[in-house]
Amino acid sequence: MKGEAEQTTQAVKEVYTGSELLIELLVEENVDIIFGYPGGAVLPLYDALYRSNAPFRHILSRHEQGGIHAAEGYARVTGKPGVVFATSGPGATNLVTGITDAMMDSLPLVIFTGQVSNQVIGTDAFQESDVMGITMPITKYNYQVNDARDLPRIVKEAFHIANTGRPGPVVIDIPKNISESIVYEPGSTTFDLQGYQPTEKPNPLQIVKLGSALSRSQRPLILAGAGVVFANAAAELTQFATMYGVPVVNTLQGLGSFPEENELSLGMGGMHGSYAANMAIQECDLLINVGARFDDRLTGNLKQFAPKAKVAHIDIDPAEIGKNVPTDIPVVADAKEALQALLEINIDKPDTTVWRNKVKENQTAYPYWYEKPSEYLSPQWLMEQIHQRTDGNAIVTTDVGQHQMWAAQYYKFSRPNRWVTSGGLGTMGFGFPAAIGAQLGKPDELVVAIVGDGGFQMTLQELSVVKQHALPIKVIIVNNEVLGMVRQWQESFYEERYSSSLLTANPDFVKLAESYGIRGIRAENEADADRALAEIFASDEAVVADFRVAWREKVNPMVAPGKALHEMLGVKK
Amino acid sequence: MKRIITATVQNRGGVLNRITGMLNKRQFNIESITVGASEIEGISKMTFVVHISDEQKLEQLTKQLNKQIDVIKVSDITDKAIVARELALIKVGSSGQLRAEIQGIISPFRASIIDVSKDSLSVQVTGKPEKIDALISLLRPYGIKELARTGVTAFLRGQQPRQVTDIQTVYTI
Ligand SMILES: Cc1ncc(C[n+]2csc(CCOP(=O)(O)OP(=O)(O)O)c2C)c(N)n1
Repeated sequence: MKGEAEQTTQAVKEVYTGSELLIELLVEENVDIIFGYPGGAVLPLYDALYRSNAPFRHILSRHEQGGIHAAEGYARVTGKPGVVFATSGPGATNLVTGITDAMMDSLPLVIFTGQVSNQVIGTDAFQESDVMGITMPITKYNYQVNDARDLPRIVKEAFHIANTGRPGPVVIDIPKNISESIVYEPGSTTFDLQGYQPTEKPNPLQIVKLGSALSRSQRPLILAGAGVVFANAAAELTQFATMYGVPVVNTLQGLGSFPEENELSLGMGGMHGSYAANMAIQECDLLINVGARFDDRLTGNLKQFAPKAKVAHIDIDPAEIGKNVPTDIPVVADAKEALQALLEINIDKPDTTVWRNKVKENQTAYPYWYEKPSEYLSPQWLMEQIHQRTDGNAIVTTDVGQHQMWAAQYYKFSRPNRWVTSGGLGTMGFGFPAAIGAQLGKPDELVVAIVGDGGFQMTLQELSVVKQHALPIKVIIVNNEVLGMVRQWQESFYEERYSSSLLTANPDFVKLAESYGIRGIRAENEADADRALAEIFASDEAVVADFRVAWREKVNPMVAPGKALHEMLGVKK
Repeated sequence: MKRIITATVQNRGGVLNRITGMLNKRQFNIESITVGASEIEGISKMTFVVHISDEQKLEQLTKQLNKQIDVIKVSDITDKAIVARELALIKVGSSGQLRAEIQGIISPFRASIIDVSKDSLSVQVTGKPEKIDALISLLRPYGIKELARTGVTAFLRGQQPRQVTDIQTVYTI
């Protein structure tokens, strides 16, 4: 293996252990990177890694949470499952946030945790934790290996489950004695998952129904979610929308599935989405949801959501259909298959001119807006600058908070798989390590991590990884010296009682970066920022940039909690 | 409304945990669950009796069950021709004199006395839950010392008035 220290390999294969077998199986699965952290229960595994000459790298994170978020970022941009190793007990429990995050955002991960030996499981042994129990509700599936001979089937199944149907995380818990045990005859890789047969092809009758609903519609609208990205169906979506003149709203996770420069694009909908997008949802008479799950941040008050619309919902996960929004035309299918089927049938083209004009009017009259404060940098301006200076071509990861919403609003995506953000779980600490995984997965791409000064401090120890592997990631700290999103809510809904949301003792991020051997830059005003941005994007090395932005800025517009999409605040200056 | 739902599941480690965990997490109100072997090795049959507020919740329940990797098939058999049975063991306080009286009460239920001690006797009864409820209330005046019910297990009768649709096919169309 090519690893931390380029270990030399000695092919001493006297015996064949569970660990060695596992590594062979990972090679067969075309794994190229493992994100991990060693410990007692995975020592056999790490020893096998050391001795192996498998063609993959192991990336040592500095905290298991950093490792798993990196694996998520990797999965997000490559479409391949992220592979994670961690030890038992605290190693495994440190993964819990990342596993839940991947579950909520449907990211394929295969996670291997060490476990105490079989003989002592259940005795509260040193570093024992009930990984099966803990991870059952937050995984698509999980396994504990009881016999090393089962590894071939389990690993095959795990990769299959993780990255088919609606993707998700799979945990394989391996007791130490199993990874140490000698395997004389490994079992076969064949499996039979009778209960897991995702429906990929749409029912033709439903497609016809959807088609005729579209032809009768005067105000059709597409809501495109991450399902389009996972299914690689961006081209089909664009073709379908343009063919029938249907405007498109994206969910947060669906950004990039439809080019934002396309005249049919209304951008993001939901809590901090555009007024035009949200009004289109409220006014449309046919809402075609492609691969979105009607999350509450998108729908606002469910009772008043899309009140005039007939709802069609294309989803690979039948359980999402009808879960939150009653659905008239359910289509269980892969988004690509469904869109292809729709493109193949004859649909009388509806005349949507009036509708499109109306929607456009809103877009022109109510764009995202901000005022540039005189003293400080404007965070929104900063986002626009980043977008401009990267030609909209960067892979952008974000953390969670105001900066995330500004990035979503102002960084316009024209291609899928370039937007990496924690949506479902809203995990602070996600953005920076996710950028590490994204950069490792796409070494030739520009990766920009946009983070808050709060969230960055949750996982910044991963700067060591950036340095160690010379990853040219650009970390943009949108530093408002507050937990911005919390402060915003406190300003708007709690009469400015800033309870525990002011970050009064931030580190010097420039020195901090430098202490890791990484270039640090600070910008306090626009002139600084101009220079800093030029330097950042000219550099082929990692940069950590501390942008001091106005702390009082709010994300606008907003659908207040409990309100309906048409009741947006802050729509105009 | 009360529904009877059966599931055929692959008998893998933790399957019961997975299902009860999901039901709990998604706030489904379960009256009883039974699990046991089926006619096929490695495949178990589960029967759920659930209280459900509306059709949408019911649809979610069957979909969430189906979504479990280990679940092969889910059927809501409430409105079908089914046989549904439960077993109960009932220990009642009883002196020798009352034994005949109790025997008289339980015999129309085709229940039987399966254990007798100085001051108690144990009754075994199987049948539909309502029948068991009825017997329990008749025995209550004698003092029920212990009661154990298995929960309902059920399947379709051999002859159905019309074709059974399993949920998997219902929602793909
Ligand atoms: C792990 C975690 N803890 C708490 C929260 C709640 N939360 C959401 S946004 C936010 C503030 C984030 O502040 P910062 O990282 O500085 O970003 P900003 O909003 O200022 O852009 C907090 C605390 C969260 N999302 N995740």
